[in-house]
Amino acid sequence: MAQFHNVVIVGGGGAGLRAAVAVAEANPLLSVAIVSKVYPMRSHTVSAEGGAAAVIAEDDSLDEHAYDTVSGGDWLVEQDAVEAFVQEAPRELLRLEHQGCPWSRKPDGHIAVRAFGGMKKKRTWFAADKTGFHLLHTLFQSALSYPDIVRYDEWFVTKLLVDDGRVHGVVAIELATGRIETIIANAVIVCSGGCGRVFPFTTNANIKTGDGMALAYQAGAPLKDMEFVQYHPTGLPFTGILITEATRAEGGWLLNKDGYRYLQDYDLGKPTPEPVLRSMELGPRDRLSQAFMHEHAKGRTIETPYGPIVHLDLRHLGASVIDSKLPFVRELCSKYQNIDPVKELIPVRPVVHYMMGGIHTDIDGATPLEGLYAAGEVACVSINGANRLGSNSLPELLVFGARAGKAAAEYVQSLQTGPRSVVYKQGDDEERRLRHELGRHDDGTERIADIRTEMQSTMEEGAGIYRDGNSLEKAAVKLHELRERFERAAIDDHSSTFNTEIVAMLELSCMLDVAQSIVACALQRTESRGAHQRTDHPMRDDEKFLAHSLVHRQPDGSGRVGYLPVTITRWPPGERVYGR
Amino acid sequence: MSTITMEVTRYRPGEDSEPTVQSYEVPLRKEWAVLDGLNHIKDHLDGTLSYRWSCRMGICGSCGMTVNGRPVLSCASFLVDYAPGPVRVEPLRNFPVIRDLVVDISDFMEKLPRVKPWLIADPPEEGEFLQTPEEMDEYKKYSMCINCMLCYSACPVYALEPEFLGPAAIALGQRYNLDSRDHGAEDRRDVLASAEGAWACTFVGECSTACPKGVDPAGAIQRYKLTAAVAAMKDFLMPRGARR
Amino acid sequence: MTAYRQHIPLFWWLRQWSYLVFVLRELSSVFVAWFVVYLLMLVSAIGDGTYADFQAWSGHGWVLVLNVVALAFLLLHAVTWFALAPRAMVVPHVPPWVVLVAHYLAWIVLSAGVAWVVLLR
Ligand SMILES: Cc1cc2nc3c(=O)[nH]c(=O)nc-3n(C[C@H](O)[C@H](O)[C@H](O)COP(=O)(O)OP(=O)(O)OC[C@H]3O[C@@H](n4cnc5c(N)ncnc54)[C@H](O)[C@@H]3O)c2cc1C
Ligand code: SF4
Ligand code: FES
Repeated sequence: MAQFHNVVIVGGGGAGLRAAVAVAEANPLLSVAIVSKVYPMRSHTVSAEGGAAAVIAEDDSLDEHAYDTVSGGDWLVEQDAVEAFVQEAPRELLRLEHQGCPWSRKPDGHIAVRAFGGMKKKRTWFAADKTGFHLLHTLFQSALSYPDIVRYDEWFVTKLLVDDGRVHGVVAIELATGRIETIIANAVIVCSGGCGRVFPFTTNANIKTGDGMALAYQAGAPLKDMEFVQYHPTGLPFTGILITEATRAEGGWLLNKDGYRYLQDYDLGKPTPEPVLRSMELGPRDRLSQAFMHEHAKGRTIETPYGPIVHLDLRHLGASVIDSKLPFVRELCSKYQNIDPVKELIPVRPVVHYMMGGIHTDIDGATPLEGLYAAGEVACVSINGANRLGSNSLPELLVFGARAGKAAAEYVQSLQTGPRSVVYKQGDDEERRLRHELGRHDDGTERIADIRTEMQSTMEEGAGIYRDGNSLEKAAVKLHELRERFERAAIDDHSSTFNTEIVAMLELSCMLDVAQSIVACALQRTESRGAHQRTDHPMRDDEKFLAHSLVHRQPDGSGRVGYLPVTITRWPPGERVYGR
Repeated sequence: MSTITMEVTRYRPGEDSEPTVQSYEVPLRKEWAVLDGLNHIKDHLDGTLSYRWSCRMGICGSCGMTVNGRPVLSCASFLVDYAPGPVRVEPLRNFPVIRDLVVDISDFMEKLPRVKPWLIADPPEEGEFLQTPEEMDEYKKYSMCINCMLCYSACPVYALEPEFLGPAAIALGQRYNLDSRDHGAEDRRDVLASAEGAWACTFVGECSTACPKGVDPAGAIQRYKLTAAVAAMKDFLMPRGARR
Repeated sequence: MTAYRQHIPLFWWLRQWSYLVFVLRELSSVFVAWFVVYLLMLVSAIGDGTYADFQAWSGHGWVLVLNVVALAFLLLHAVTWFALAPRAMVVPHVPPWVVLVAHYLAWIVLSAGVAWVVLLR
């Protein structure tokens, strides 16, 4: 027996919750459901720290936010989408305020804003340094006031049902019972978040395995700009836990092993005691992470058992600033690193943080596959281009979550026909496949964890901060081999009750797809732009590559890459200037 | 390299009629949280062990377990602190066990909406509600709850009376009651001031001790009792119709 | 789904000091009730003019022991109750310990008043 909803949303993070409410508001008669592999408030949005950008300050303007975003993204940005984004972001953040989000305030009771990397004005709203946590819980709790939104908590989506060029729903497993269900829907919005776990060292939670990208990719929708993976310059060395950019916005310094503010050597401006916007430590993330690699090459980083590090110095900020603006940073440092940033230097190194690429969508979250929408980190509109600016992602979830929800609601109202019987048959086939996965593999020879670890190190070596044709070719070959070995992977667990091993296996399969698409796109793009730096092609090449990569999955898992021109409205490509 | 023994509670419905204990030897490393030990087991020793985790930074609230008798976040408790071992890892108490270390929290998920944990107010026509930092301090700590369920696991009242709304749910109701923007206290009163609400609490205080985020649910409940008592007194002296 | 219901061991309240205090506090309600009964008996004895009999009865060993135990439980109840006061009454700009001290002061003043009525009048 299949379930039915007008709109099914895959994912209960910031984007998914916002989309669900948008559907419910657009048309209260529609049945909308959120299917999420974790309880919505556990989604990874919860760990965002620094803040959310939207213009509210007197001295700021939408144009400046747009320009910072376009130049930050190295012009690989849809400018019409950015214009819509900067315009709608303040409304979305205010909406959250009206729902109770505890945004940090100025003494007079108005919203306070802080500086952030790559932004020319102070425009980042924050809730101390737990912005994502407050944002997600506010969204989740206010969504509870819409009792008609159906939730499938701890259900894992394994497949999108496609017939006749149209999406008709999903197949999902209820983790607690192992029940497999076909969920028919007129439209599906994928909001399943990013894929940082494809790499070994990441700020991303365990659940960020690119499932939604892989589901769409397998269903025939193209992925876009997958070669653009953001490294955040400041993660804790063993865990990869993020130390937010807000530390530098409040005035933190990056020091090499000689205690020298090395960013001044990389065309990022001159060091000043007070932070200067779009300069030095407040430069964009791609440039800061690349500067680290150069320092390392010069032997000016510090070796530790967990790789080379530099230091983040907050000591001069004092306990009171740290406790009021960065309390979580202090908590994380003391718990996970055993240091107190008020008195000690924080060891940090670049860490995989965010996926600029994702499912190709238009400005309303629609993909080329009819009935399929996407929003949030899993999608690529693209407002982030070749490098996302910190604090643009949270407002992006809201703006494009809302847009996708509205567009999907309109789309389902215009529909005349329901699914044909082949769709149900696809659901049955998927159920059979999953039962088979659960049972077979008994005599498999490979361990899931080993394949995963090898995939991760392959990606780091082949497609890290700096890459070249050679390293990427090798990675492609290795990934192909891993894909074959994956077919022989064993699972120990054959229980249908909360089987986390089968989940790990399904996730690994998704990650292999995502990894292959990243490498395929990176190989084809023979230029350097933003977060994609090819040592064999160090220059930006607007002639050939001012275009989005679009990759389609081939039956053998490899990707076919094509290009799509970039929409330019008001800001012609120029040089990215920081600190000058 | 030194190692430590982890004694982990296993329960596989269908196979086991009740929980058993299984021991594993894992490396003892300075940086390793209890969760890293479990991940080592899952990846290298026994793929059948089930538990929840996600953020591994103490913010998603997935990984609550009973470690050496205390409810903790396994991603924020470190193996060295239990050396030389053994470390006993059990599921959170007071919840039904679905499997191994995974407990069923649907009871809380069903109770949470009852306290109406959302802002009840008419937003201003333009701009934001004004709220000074001092006004925010009134409710700030109660807004820090990550729904990790450690407090329910520590609460003997919840163990004996499963109807009890429980620490986190009441604290979240209070979080909105104390928010200067909110006007919903009256709407929440029937639930919060019921026999299964704040009045069921006898102030054991263990919830606040267990809470990893400094929420102090016990304090929230005590405060609410006083508020509710005053409100009830007012109703008695000035019946609703007579007021305003 | 066949979830396993964890049972509560018989001596769960010995697991932790705070649980023991919790159980003792719950138990103290019995003694509070006893005190009320005792007080009513006293009042009625004075009313009936049988106060001397009441006094003699109160001097029995077991009544004395019972009353000492009851006093201990009442003190436990009062002290733990007061300890909560600062958490329940959050007065702006007043530190929690002041609320606590104020409660004890009020207690002492009231007790002194009662003592004065009973002993000196
Ligand atoms: C440590 C950290 C700090 C950050 N700080 C900031 C910041 O300060 N400012 C900023 O703007 N951005 C920040 N970001 C980025 C931002 O937080 C994320 O991009 C954003 O939260 C992603 O939200 P989402 O809704 O797209 O996905 P998520 O919140 O990741 O939610 C994904 C949802 O999809 C569900 N899901 C996934 N796969 C499946 C499946 N197969 N079946 C069913 N459900 C599934 C999950 O259960 C989950 O509910 C930060 C990111 C990290 C990692
Ligand atoms: S109140 Fe504390 S212990 Fe209870 S669920 Fe919230 S964060 Fe966890
Ligand atoms: S894994 Fe998220 S709180 Fe421990």
